[in-house]
Amino acid sequence: MPDDLVASRSDAPRPERDDPALPSLGAIGLLRWAWRQLTSMRTALFLLMLLAIGALPGSVFPQRGVDATQVTRYRAEHPELSPWLDRLGMFDVYSSVWFSAVYLLLFVSLVGCVVPRTRVHLAAMRARPPRPPSRMQRMPAHASFEVEASESEVAEAARELLRGKRYRVDVRGGAVSAERGYLRETGNLLFHVALLGLLVAVALGSLTGYRGQFLLTTGTGFANSLVAYDTFDPGTWVDEGDLPPFQLTLDDLTVAFETDAAGNQFAAPRDFEAAVTVVDEPGADPVERTIRVNQPLPVQGTNVYLQGNGYAPVVTVRDTQGRVVKSGPVVFVPQGRFYESPGVVKVLETEPQVGLQGIFLPTWEMDAERGPVSVFPDALDPRWFFTAWTGDLGLDGGEAQSVYELDTTSMTQLTDDDRTPFAVGLSPGESIDLPDGAGSVTLERIDRFAAFGVRHDPAKGWALGFSVLAIVGLVASLFVPRRRVWVKVSGRGPEAPADGPGAGVIVVEVAALARSEDPRLEAEVAQLTTRLRERLDGTATEPNQEPGE
Amino acid sequence: MSVDTTLAQVSNVLVYSSMAAYSGALLGYATDLSSRGGRSARAVAAQEKVLVGSGAPVDDAAERPPMAGARSSRAAGIATSLTWLATGLHLAAVLTRGLSASRVPWGNMYEFAVTGSFVVSAVFLGLVVWRRDLRWLGVFSVGPVLLTLGLAVTVLYTESAQLVPALQSPFLVVHVSIAFISSALFTLGFSVHVLQLVQDRRQQARAAGTPPTRGAFMDRLPRAADLEALGYRLVAVSFPLWTFTLVAGAIWAEKAWGRYWGWDPKEVWTFVIWVVYAAYLHARATRGWDGRRATYLAIAGFVCVLLNFGVVNIFFSGEHSYAGIG
Repeated sequence: MPDDLVASRSDAPRPERDDPALPSLGAIGLLRWAWRQLTSMRTALFLLMLLAIGALPGSVFPQRGVDATQVTRYRAEHPELSPWLDRLGMFDVYSSVWFSAVYLLLFVSLVGCVVPRTRVHLAAMRARPPRPPSRMQRMPAHASFEVEASESEVAEAARELLRGKRYRVDVRGGAVSAERGYLRETGNLLFHVALLGLLVAVALGSLTGYRGQFLLTTGTGFANSLVAYDTFDPGTWVDEGDLPPFQLTLDDLTVAFETDAAGNQFAAPRDFEAAVTVVDEPGADPVERTIRVNQPLPVQGTNVYLQGNGYAPVVTVRDTQGRVVKSGPVVFVPQGRFYESPGVVKVLETEPQVGLQGIFLPTWEMDAERGPVSVFPDALDPRWFFTAWTGDLGLDGGEAQSVYELDTTSMTQLTDDDRTPFAVGLSPGESIDLPDGAGSVTLERIDRFAAFGVRHDPAKGWALGFSVLAIVGLVASLFVPRRRVWVKVSGRGPEAPADGPGAGVIVVEVAALARSEDPRLEAEVAQLTTRLRERLDGTATEPNQEPGE
Repeated sequence: MSVDTTLAQVSNVLVYSSMAAYSGALLGYATDLSSRGGRSARAVAAQEKVLVGSGAPVDDAAERPPMAGARSSRAAGIATSLTWLATGLHLAAVLTRGLSASRVPWGNMYEFAVTGSFVVSAVFLGLVVWRRDLRWLGVFSVGPVLLTLGLAVTVLYTESAQLVPALQSPFLVVHVSIAFISSALFTLGFSVHVLQLVQDRRQQARAAGTPPTRGAFMDRLPRAADLEALGYRLVAVSFPLWTFTLVAGAIWAEKAWGRYWGWDPKEVWTFVIWVVYAAYLHARATRGWDGRRATYLAIAGFVCVLLNFGVVNIFFSGEHSYAGIG
């Protein structure tokens, strides 16, 4: 609310008024007092600063709403501090009570400012520009000149001139009052109302929208329904049973990484592209589409985003008799720029159950210190290293468990004959027998997986619309100058003869007052004076411009 | 996908050449200011004797001696020519860097620093073309530019390469280029605001009867109120551009990540900067907050701009992690 939007705030800079004697505050008086405090400029300013400071912790501490796993990791690393941070809402800053309180109070304060101001502004737009001041030369910009003309000629010329410059003009008793720049205040109010609209659109979006994530390995498909999502985060007003029934199959995923540049640009991702087949609704024709980063696929009012990718080694596990007990792609989640991907294969169908825990390296190399590592994110020389466990996977109790972690509390690690843990690396096509007759493991091939995000936000168009309105309003409120200009005749020229030639010489005064930041006010008065003079006598000599006070 | 390494080398050489020219310009502007100071300090001293003798009230405007002599304006002229040369070389460096990878030259922190400092310099020259008497701002514009370039070539340097997929979007052009211009205006606004505070302190000291003994060059700079007005105008132009950056970034985020606002650290800081400058604009219109106190807010805003670039990019992990610092 730069400049004059604040004029209606009780503490905006304006001529002081005598404070009335303090009345005794009743309940209503107290409310009125509280309301005036809340809507005062000083409070708004204070709340703005609180908002800025309050937003900062969310960039320092991980946020549940942004990345819940980061929060879990942070809590594990800082066990002493975390409970306190959690109590203060540091992991949910933007939905915390105190942050919400700050921005809601700010918006209440804004309403309390905008409503009376709109009234004042509407009245001002209907009112006539105020009468000229009695002492024109006391205005910030002032000029005068002498001309042989009548008062009405001056008024008419000034009226035309100011109309041409898009002033609102009012002629009273031979004096001309003019005002321009109402758009500044209109823009100001528009900006603030648009911010309110934006807040409502954001709130509506989170109430009526939803977002979810799912993974697909190449060749597999997804049908949009609650059970198909790995994570699903619906707004309060979303009917989870009524999602648009589209289907999507991942046909292929192409990836490209930097091979030329050295240093930290080496191995940086260059292109990810998912080729998918989409069926809009059951029975519709399948359509082939591509989804890329920055190029989501719109389906049935939602957008589908390509959000991640990695490897899914296709593993076959056989039991002691050679029967296949597990076969298929297993998603390994990549970490770091070289896609070192830890992962777990769980075999439930055997007795005892088998768990394989290890890491997939897309381009592996033996490091003297760290052992096998990956040196490039693409699958140029892939190898899967793992150890094996037998026992109880802990899944029978029906408790939720991460598919990416192995709970080894009820399991024993298989060892080689020399009692060292069994550990092995497989390349695609290779097999290995597990010790103690626990079966065999084959790495068939390496598939890729893609992580997709689905987002539905019916209010995002409104949010964009209000944002654009806010910018338009802001520009008007900052750059449209609001000015008042007066032109009046102050009398006969001092050297004018009583009659004869030159008897009609009068002094014309032009004055202007800036009602906002206005560095061009004096230039405006100078230009008006010159033009007025040209119109009145056809000559264009320098006016006697005097600096204002 | 290939990168023209020769052109990237040319760009590096051009960066160093422009730094040499900027150094010359900085020297020229500093000479200009110091010689202004030297003359005016004597003039002020002479005037103060008269004023004390006559017992006249100390009028700030009266202490302003006429414009410094030929020597200083010649130094300023040379410095401005050198700045044009340096900015030309700088532009060539930015263009060759972009051409070497056939894309906009702001894909990592090094490129952002090089291109961003070019925009600061270009905006400064624009101001000088608009108002020739703004050349005193030279030291305070070319100085930060040279500092940024020095930081870029020593700490931030990254080999020219293609973009990561998340940056492959037309919004990289729209969102970031406006952010550049806005940041450049905030930078110049910051310089002006700091000078305003210094000038304000000097004027207060003088009004209290203890004229400052050092930094006589400040006497040749505009009065605190004029500096305040200039600083405000720079921020006022920048603020809608920053708002646009915020909105364009949100549109891009919606395309790239599936949400227009996700409280990513970079988004948080961009928002905080917006709020702090909004507070500044409000403070300017609040009784008891106008003047120095509002200016402190503008300075706080620029500190946030610096933190957003220097700290958030490197130390806070988020989806804007494109710094390319290994």
